[in-house]
Amino acid sequence: MTALGVLATGGPCLVQDAGRPGLTTIGVGRSGAADRSSYDLANRLVGNVPGAATLEVTLGGLEVEARDGTVWVAVTGAPVPVTRAGRDEPTGAILALRPGERLRLGVPASGLRSYVAVRGGLGVPPVLGSCSRDTLAGLGPAPLAAGDVVPVGDRVGDEMRVDAVPAQEYGDSPVLRLVRGPRDDWVRDAGALTARRWTVAPDSDRVGIRLAGARLDLCDPSRQLPSEGALRGAIQVPPTGEPVVLGPDHPVTGGYPVVAVVVDHDTDRLAQLRPGDTVGFAWA
Amino acid sequence: MRLLPYGDRALLLELADTAAVVACADALAAAPDLADLVDDLVPGARTVLVRARPGIDLGTLRARLVTGNLVTDRPEPPQDSPLHGSVGSLEVTIPVTYDGPDLAEVGELTGLGAAGVVAAHTGAEWRVAFGGFAPGFGYLVGDDPRLEVPRRGSPRTRVPAGSVGLAGEFSGVYPRPSPGGWQLIGRTDAAMWDPDRDPPALLAPGARVRFVRA
Repeated sequence: MTALGVLATGGPCLVQDAGRPGLTTIGVGRSGAADRSSYDLANRLVGNVPGAATLEVTLGGLEVEARDGTVWVAVTGAPVPVTRAGRDEPTGAILALRPGERLRLGVPASGLRSYVAVRGGLGVPPVLGSCSRDTLAGLGPAPLAAGDVVPVGDRVGDEMRVDAVPAQEYGDSPVLRLVRGPRDDWVRDAGALTARRWTVAPDSDRVGIRLAGARLDLCDPSRQLPSEGALRGAIQVPPTGEPVVLGPDHPVTGGYPVVAVVVDHDTDRLAQLRPGDTVGFAWA
Repeated sequence: MRLLPYGDRALLLELADTAAVVACADALAAAPDLADLVDDLVPGARTVLVRARPGIDLGTLRARLVTGNLVTDRPEPPQDSPLHGSVGSLEVTIPVTYDGPDLAEVGELTGLGAAGVVAAHTGAEWRVAFGGFAPGFGYLVGDDPRLEVPRRGSPRTRVPAGSVGLAGEFSGVYPRPSPGGWQLIGRTDAAMWDPDRDPPALLAPGARVRFVRA
């Protein structure tokens, strides 16, 4: 069976697809690709059906080898230096990886997450309807490690119609749109969110991005919010006042007030912020 | 009832109490044609988060929720609702070793002392009000208001699996290691979540729960 052999990984390398919608009553969140637009693009390039499983590679460092067949691949998202069989290739291109040939991703110049789609999708068994690794819930395939062999699936949706698309670039300090509420009245200064640049803290991950630089002023830090449903992009303020923007593996419900929510489209850009990057916000 | 904004894809319905939430979530799930507008419903303690399908305008969703009489603070108790009996046949007993790192503090906060907290926690009858936070985590509502305590001021970055906690009006058991802000009073070996088991969650919404000393 055609497969990818994993020779090396850098940052976390996770199998991701479109996630697990509709399971919140048993506490299972959606998860899925953090940057959905780059994920969708990678699948479209290789002619996959929407929702096919891909690799989400954090800060590059992945090296894989085609085994027992030719594997068609495309790399999107964070613009990593790509080599195929030792030759430089662009991201956004459709590449044939012949048996024994290696694909290597370097460290991206900007952005955080790259998506590696293979034609046919990854043939890993779904858990509760999805192949996504939910890092908070511990559902789905374990993060990839050297020595793993990932089968290539055989479900294709379309021909491969283009050779390449332009590589993505992520400029400094993007400004993301916010909708105020639902709990903006729990802080004295919700407007402070848009008044400064925030720095992405080192302990940010797929569960949440911690924003450093200032603290929001809770009207009553001892007041308790009954737990309520959450979505990716929600900006929670814990009692310390340091905001956390929820990512794709956020808890289904949470008990800290959400003072604003990033516009859904802009959460894909959020997923490309790396620790130390700065980000601004503007009211939608 | 209030309808609050929640980004550009969802609305947050705020209701009077947990019973109203359960009834509202049932009504929304059963409403004909609402599935064309909504792709997820997330009940909480006082709220239901309603997420619109891609391409559905929030104004359309808001109008449907308001004009359809789908949302009310004084619902008719459905006969088979988990919070109103008749489904409560499922009983789960959870053995607990009461040696949690916050037990002494909870004893002070409640005025019960550590031994009093254990007696109250094992003496109360708990029910699963809703799920969330993590797979297999059930928010348990009890019948002893003395056990209400605030969350920790700063959440722990890692709480071990099986930790038994209190926060607000709820008790709960962490199904796996995760960050968490609840006050931890004990731990259990019971498997709260096993994706290879059917059902994967030990605590289904509506189940009755008793804690006993291990």
